[in-house]
Amino acid sequence: MDATEIGLWGVPLAILGGAIRVSTPFIFVSLGEAITERSGRINLGLEGTLVFGAMTAYAVAVMTNSPWLGLLAASAAGLCFGLFHGWICKFPKVNDIAIGIALMLFGSGLAFFFGKPFIKPKAPNLPAIPFGAWSDIPQVQAALDVNVLFLIGAALSLVLWWAFRNTRAGLIVRVVGDSSDAARAMGLNPNTVRLVATGVGGALAGIGGAYLSLYYPGSWTERISSGQGLMAVALVIFARWNPLGCFAAALLFGGAGALGPALQSVGVTQGYYLFYAAPYILTLIIMVATSSPTRSLAGAPGELSITK
Amino acid sequence: MTDTVSSAEAPAMLGARGYPATIEWIARRAEAFVIPLAALVVGMVLFSLFIALVGKSPVQLYETMWRGGFGSWFSIQNSLSRAAPLLLAALCVALPARLGLVVIGGEGAIVLGGVGAAAIGVALSGAPSFIVILAMGVAGMAAGGIWIGAVGALRHYRAVNETISSLLMAYIAIALMNQLVEGPLRDPASLNKPSTQPLADIYRIGNIPGMEVHWGLAVGVVACVLCWVLIEKTRWGFAARIAGGNVRAAQVQGLAVGPLIVGFTALAGGLAGLAGMLEVAAVQGSANGSLAAGYGYTGILVAFLARHNPLAIIPVAILLGGIDASGGLIQRRMDLPDATVLVLQGMLFIVILFSETLYGRFKAFNPDLWQRAS
Repeated sequence: MDATEIGLWGVPLAILGGAIRVSTPFIFVSLGEAITERSGRINLGLEGTLVFGAMTAYAVAVMTNSPWLGLLAASAAGLCFGLFHGWICKFPKVNDIAIGIALMLFGSGLAFFFGKPFIKPKAPNLPAIPFGAWSDIPQVQAALDVNVLFLIGAALSLVLWWAFRNTRAGLIVRVVGDSSDAARAMGLNPNTVRLVATGVGGALAGIGGAYLSLYYPGSWTERISSGQGLMAVALVIFARWNPLGCFAAALLFGGAGALGPALQSVGVTQGYYLFYAAPYILTLIIMVATSSPTRSLAGAPGELSITK
Repeated sequence: MTDTVSSAEAPAMLGARGYPATIEWIARRAEAFVIPLAALVVGMVLFSLFIALVGKSPVQLYETMWRGGFGSWFSIQNSLSRAAPLLLAALCVALPARLGLVVIGGEGAIVLGGVGAAAIGVALSGAPSFIVILAMGVAGMAAGGIWIGAVGALRHYRAVNETISSLLMAYIAIALMNQLVEGPLRDPASLNKPSTQPLADIYRIGNIPGMEVHWGLAVGVVACVLCWVLIEKTRWGFAARIAGGNVRAAQVQGLAVGPLIVGFTALAGGLAGLAGMLEVAAVQGSANGSLAAGYGYTGILVAFLARHNPLAIIPVAILLGGIDASGGLIQRRMDLPDATVLVLQGMLFIVILFSETLYGRFKAFNPDLWQRAS
């Protein structure tokens, strides 16, 4: 069997497979950002965290020969970046968006600095589960090779969705995000809650980075992230800070990202770069369509500076 | 902390505390110089710690950095050449910042400005050189201006966050450039590195007499001075500062906030587009992937270091141009990765932003709080 035999059916199949493959980092980064934004802060630095996480995961996996240790190291590194953002933003007049931009540059710079020796060696990959083994069509098998992180991400979005509604911790994060004053009146320290929320968000972004370098595309290069961390921030707004929405939006973005390669595989090479830009264009269109100057967004945390 | 300062503010005239008025005048203005300089020093000390931790000598590093950036006439000219696009890229951040907007997608305007200029330059080949160069400048500014002006318009009329949309637009711009340079605008002779057709020599912008630095530096410096005049001395600049402080208040005052935002962002993008045009006309000779060299991102850092003051952008851009220029020498002499410079930039950026919290905290800068020891 080859591409010509399943013909144009290869395109939707490749987009489905691509959506599953490409979306995983989006899922983790956007869930992390959703937790951070629900607490009333925005961390644009997750792009830098993603790149640094990718480098850390790859380096540790090369040195220990274990992708799982790499994953752990990436989330620890992400946690540090997140905690740093959360700590520095508690000082008055320190702008969370600007600090995010700085951390974006700093995280990437640091990743390139330490990642130089790891561009050559090969690291062991994270395992995938072959859900397509029942089929003998290679495209179907390729599309349904699902990485464990995708499944963990799906489960996590369900858990977070439930936890925001039904647990004490979820309520605390939401109160702090909606009104610092109300939180203080309840005896909560908004800065501490935001510190933890940003830290957890960073750790999840680090895991997203580990997926990039340890599974798809599966190697460490300085061009490993092409703005996924940033798109994830936009995606959270689109998903209205709802973890299940984040998961669905991530799948949509993954599919958009897979459009270019999928069309190329059936011989459509015209406009390759424009298809490559599809996720960015989609993000922009969604942002334009869902924003409004006259009303605030439904579900937006009251303390969030980005929606004001 | 800020509350205590403002509430303690006495309705005092200069010299009211019995100190010479000049000293009080200096003290009030010293804050804007002392805090950024101190932050710069702290950032560099932190970076030396980092360098010491990875087992290299910070002294040697700064010495190499000085030699690569400013140590000789050759390296100074190299730094100034790199400062030229940074001046314009930083203005692309600083002008919207006066309106309270954080626009970080200058890279997109640079790239499209370069492509637009190259397309016009090739299309008009045969015409007198000053007309072509002028047309290229206009095309570059128009392309960049439309791109960032759209970000401003989306911000005001659709409430789309300008930080994210400008960065998305930058990615889209780079994809658009690749598409154009690989497709309709491609010079068939450019094999390994897809480029537009090279500009004829008479359409290239030369060097400032007596230096190996192209005229872009002069253009950038003039643009900074003009932008300072625009912000500080004209009614549009005044209106922008009011709108940046409080949009509602500006609207109540009857200011046309929408046109103000679109105008400022379009001008900002136009200046970044001009940087792209200069890169094409003075450095590259054609539009290609080298246009996305990261000047737009370093420009963000320049603008924040200069606290969005166009005049302060001039020295800061030269400083960062020097740091940029020394990257190669650091890599060769000290066996450090080329990203070393990025790490330094990131650290400086964080420390500068952190230093914002210090304004208004020191008694020394506020004569109203001084008490005569008697």
